[in-house]
Amino acid sequence: MGISIDSFYSQPMKTIDDIIKSHLGSDGPLLPILHEVQAVFGCVDEETVRQIAHGLNLSRAEVHGVVSFYHDFKATRDPRPVVKLCRAEACQSRGQAALESVAEAASGVKVETVYCLGLCAVGPAAMLGEEVHGRLTPARFAELLEAAR
Amino acid sequence: MKVRLSDDAVALACGADAVAAAFIAAGCEVERVSSWGMHWLEPLVEIDGRGYGPVAVEDVARVMAAGAVASPPSPDEAGDRLWGTPIADHPFIARQQRLTFARAGRTRPLSLEDYRTTGGWQGLAKARALGPEATVEAVIASGLRGRGGAGFPAGVKWRTVAQASGARKYIVCNADEGDSGTFADRMAMEGDPFQLIEGMAIAGLAVGADKGYVYVRSEYPHAIAKMRAAIRLSADLVAPFVIELRVGAGAYVCGEETSLLNSIEGKRGEVRAKPPLPALKGLFGCPTVVNNVLTLAAVPWIMAQGPDAYAAYGMGRSRGTMPIQLAGNIRHGGLFETAFGISLGELVNDIGGGTASGRPVRAVQVGGPLGAYHPVGQFDLPFDYEAFAAADGLIGHGGLVVFDDRVDMARQARFAMQFCAAESCGKCTPCRIGSTRGAEVLDQLIAGVDVDANLALIHDLCDVMKSTSLCALGGFTPYPVMSAITHFPEDFVVREPS
Repeated sequence: MGISIDSFYSQPMKTIDDIIKSHLGSDGPLLPILHEVQAVFGCVDEETVRQIAHGLNLSRAEVHGVVSFYHDFKATRDPRPVVKLCRAEACQSRGQAALESVAEAASGVKVETVYCLGLCAVGPAAMLGEEVHGRLTPARFAELLEAAR
Repeated sequence: MKVRLSDDAVALACGADAVAAAFIAAGCEVERVSSWGMHWLEPLVEIDGRGYGPVAVEDVARVMAAGAVASPPSPDEAGDRLWGTPIADHPFIARQQRLTFARAGRTRPLSLEDYRTTGGWQGLAKARALGPEATVEAVIASGLRGRGGAGFPAGVKWRTVAQASGARKYIVCNADEGDSGTFADRMAMEGDPFQLIEGMAIAGLAVGADKGYVYVRSEYPHAIAKMRAAIRLSADLVAPFVIELRVGAGAYVCGEETSLLNSIEGKRGEVRAKPPLPALKGLFGCPTVVNNVLTLAAVPWIMAQGPDAYAAYGMGRSRGTMPIQLAGNIRHGGLFETAFGISLGELVNDIGGGTASGRPVRAVQVGGPLGAYHPVGQFDLPFDYEAFAAADGLIGHGGLVVFDDRVDMARQARFAMQFCAAESCGKCTPCRIGSTRGAEVLDQLIAGVDVDANLALIHDLCDVMKSTSLCALGGFTPYPVMSAITHFPEDFVVREPS
């Protein structure tokens, strides 16, 4: 399943340098490195940006520019589980707004906006880790948030 | 008893894994297949060709009892449920012309055996026999146009790359399907990954590229997993062509081809000015074919069956079939592949069954967040690139999002601007600043402040964004905004206090 947090944690902890080295053979390795760092450490912080810049012979500004451009990379670690709630048009048309009060009341879980999960005929939809959920009602969404904590 | 059940993300989102586990616990053999694309019936269970859906865990015993007898009862409830009738005969399936999605529901996505026995690799074999030039000519003759939205003739792009000189050449598959209301790329990757791989290998052979990249958005973990596995399983079959999968990082704009190339190179996903075209100076500065998933996935059929067979479908300059995605507030949503030319009204009412809420249809957004909102008065529009362009719309990637009469079109217009502001790469001013300003102006308008003056301002702003933005994000955001104003003017007046 690609970059899975669980499988990384079950192995001996990789270091940032291990990750950089394992991608040096490919062309344009920065995004794959950032994905792996994000998955293993939960963020790409300033010190990591410095190490990656050094490892790839880039400026810190270049690496920082990339990290800050993409929604998937976070500068600081947030220990809460993330539920990605689709707020795009197809889910809007299927009553996604009714989930907003549940999202606001969420505690111990971070509700992030995602624009489309490709589940547009069975929305409103959300994703917890790699687990997808469709046909959400406020009650089912509340259950999902509770289970995610 | 053998039970077939999809492991497509839509089925999973509707609880298919729990249903599969319940069948296994009850002693059934469960085979996970691709999705038929009838999303309102998921999880859809198939026993001996007959379908049951949507099935919940508590229905499992009942489905097994019904599946065990040959004469099935079928209280169909106007198509909202399926209970024991043959899936392939369902009107939603029988009315389609499935070329790209011919295997949907019928094969195991990662079974090389299933792929081969259903005609897989025949297109690549044909291309190898014909050679590069004749392969390019075949794709030109098929009339295949880019399915990502721009509709540029695929074969012409291939010829440009084939004739360009460069140290290396690349095939890049754009699988950054970010449009709301679209899921055909996702279904193609999850359900029939070898077909896409075969299409890429044919493209590589045609233009002289030995490396391909698939750029999949990170919001599609299941497609990523299936593609990774399929690339590994088929590596020997497409060699010397090599495919590498890259994962996006949550930026809608990376669906724009030049920003996608920057992203693969490890840069910010900013749009590049054109020229130079990617066909001449694309990935790492080399000649590059950038094609959408559906474009490349259509190629094996074209090569195997011949370009004339493909071009026999369609209308005008829109040849072949389009996998149309029926989404949003629609009663029978899912994937409907058919020849170009079908009308919008047929799609929404006859095939889609109107709204899921049972209320009247008010608007249909066609072509994703940058597509126009169409009123019921435009339901005679044929699904065709030129016809939609003439009606100030676009078919884009073929997604339809249906809204009922509760939709507030001023708020939808505002959302279009807000979305553009959130996803703008920031390189060009009309998109970066225009979208934020547009959302502010629409906020004022919705609040009833200077409605006429603000409407005039929105008109001007949309003109500027449309004609001066670098790419389709800023350039097409005016489509949803202006179509909402044009077709639903009653939502853009001073409102009664509620």
